[in-house]
Amino acid sequence: MPDIRWWRKKILLACTGLAGLVALAGLYSLYKVIGRALDDGQRDWWFIGSMLPRSDDRNMPPIRDILAEFNQPTREGGDPLWNLIFDGVLFTLREALVGFVLGVVTGMVIAILLMRFLTLEKGAMPYIIASQTVPLIAIAPIIVIWGRKNFDFLPWEWQDWMSVSLIAVYLTFFPITVNGLRGLQSPNPDSKELMDSYAAGWWQTLWKLRLPASLPFLFPALKIAALASIIGAIVGEISSGQSDGLGFLILDFFTKYSTAPERLYAAIIGAALLGLFAAAVISLAEFILNVHRRQVANAQT
Amino acid sequence: MTAERATDNPQVSEEGLQDSMDTLQDSMESRQHLLGSVAAQGVSKVFLPNSTSKVTALEDINLHISPGSFTTLIGPSGCGKSTLLRLVAGLIHPTQGVVQVNGKPADQARKDRDYGMAFQTASLFDWRTVRKNIELPLELMGWRRGARQQRAAEMLELVQLPEFADSYPSELSGGMQQRVAIARALAFKPTLLLMDEPFGALDEMTREHMQAELLHIWEETNTTIIFITHSIPEAVFLSTNVCVMTPRPGRISTQIEIDLGKRTDDTREREDFFASIVKVREALRSQEST
Ligand SMILES: Nc1ncnc2c1ncn2[C@@H]1O[C@H](COP(=O)(O)OP(=O)(O)O)[C@@H](O)[C@H]1O
Ligand SMILES: [Mg+2]
Repeated sequence: MPDIRWWRKKILLACTGLAGLVALAGLYSLYKVIGRALDDGQRDWWFIGSMLPRSDDRNMPPIRDILAEFNQPTREGGDPLWNLIFDGVLFTLREALVGFVLGVVTGMVIAILLMRFLTLEKGAMPYIIASQTVPLIAIAPIIVIWGRKNFDFLPWEWQDWMSVSLIAVYLTFFPITVNGLRGLQSPNPDSKELMDSYAAGWWQTLWKLRLPASLPFLFPALKIAALASIIGAIVGEISSGQSDGLGFLILDFFTKYSTAPERLYAAIIGAALLGLFAAAVISLAEFILNVHRRQVANAQT
Repeated sequence: MTAERATDNPQVSEEGLQDSMDTLQDSMESRQHLLGSVAAQGVSKVFLPNSTSKVTALEDINLHISPGSFTTLIGPSGCGKSTLLRLVAGLIHPTQGVVQVNGKPADQARKDRDYGMAFQTASLFDWRTVRKNIELPLELMGWRRGARQQRAAEMLELVQLPEFADSYPSELSGGMQQRVAIARALAFKPTLLLMDEPFGALDEMTREHMQAELLHIWEETNTTIIFITHSIPEAVFLSTNVCVMTPRPGRISTQIEIDLGKRTDDTREREDFFASIVKVREALRSQEST
């Protein structure tokens, strides 16, 4: 059972998070005030004014206007913006979720293979690291084109959002493989010898010892992977020309920036909230799976 | 399959194989006297034999351990005590010679789960409760849930920790963790218990308490025990046989029988207890000078 101390810690954390948001909004507004003063006075103190980003309402719309924009329809008689963004978030979430699940499975399978065949670890690791240096933007269109041409053997019809999920997989599996491998290798020699002494097979040792032992290593990676899958999905949408999702909205609002700059900011807020939501879900799962158990107990002694 | 374990395996007995068990009973009579015995004959162990840093950990070990005895291996660090124990456990294989447990090759005994093992680090899985830790070997052996829980409760009773069934290892003291490890090692009632410095990390008071506890368990379960220690009083207090080992290469230099009768707290203050300590100490000393 989580004790009061645990709850107090979590509530404190939530408060710090909120305070951080307020502070961020405050800084944004403060910067606008200072920038306005500089612009109004037509004074350029030691060129500082010309080096700083411009802070007029077109470049940095007031927070009040951004929040108000959520309620405005984007076109005559259409849905309000928040509705549009919510749909975009849902669409991107689906891509990211599929990418996340596939990525975690792929990442773990690779980690297990690397652990099982130690020589593979030495030989394959450089390639796995190198795979992450290939820019996502460069391969995203290729994956979409492949997807349209090559996946017709599947029993269902391939759609472009599935290609976007594949792009997300590409970013997701890496942190899982790296931390998963460390976690799988974390049991001490005594624990492994104990399993040997019970004549436990390789699968039994994996299931009863290595996988549970890897969980504390895996959860930080899962948080990174969840965010990576969202980034992958958004970038994938943008670079492959989707007509749905947060990435599409960001691109769309970018082209219409001169008439309604608030919308792009609103879409960014939507993306940030999606990321926070994903991180919160992983934290909850971590809590339910009791991984914090050891730390809690140690903190008490 | 060993016939001995059939009586102990609820899956077999539940299926009502009484008839076939009777015939098994007959055939196992012949091996009965070997149950809980260990024999090493001309055993050597060389690590990394083909490299320049090759280590002769053990040389020409001859050891006979009779059922129900309590044997202690004592000697300086690096003299091969752990290596010998792991050979008996069938976790590593001798370079020369044979090790037999319960009258069969050590590796076979391991596969038949004839022994339980405990280490200096309790090696409990910290994501499992105490009860679940004790159930681990039973899970691996495919026991049913009800039978597992019943046995775990029994074992917790044996090591006097029933109220900690649902605690996590991190909530227990070092001594309690070690008792759980012993309960886990004995959960499937093996004929042999192998212990590698299990009390090495405990303070003196806890240690003496654990020694008494272990002797109590030994008497109650009639298990053969092989026990590694650095402490001479511990070796003398616990064992019926003390094997003094010498390093480079590891050998058993002296075997000393200890006959102190039933141990109590008073045993530690008795004349013959001290006499035995002196005997073991001299055996350890004499190897230093030579
Ligand atoms: N796996 C191994 N590989 C190489 N050398 C080993 C290995 N295990 C033990 N040794 C060596 O064998 C000798 C005996 O070790 P060990 O049995 O652990 O001694 P003890 O338990 O008596 O302290 C030591 O010199 C040790 O370095
Ligand atoms: Mg040792």
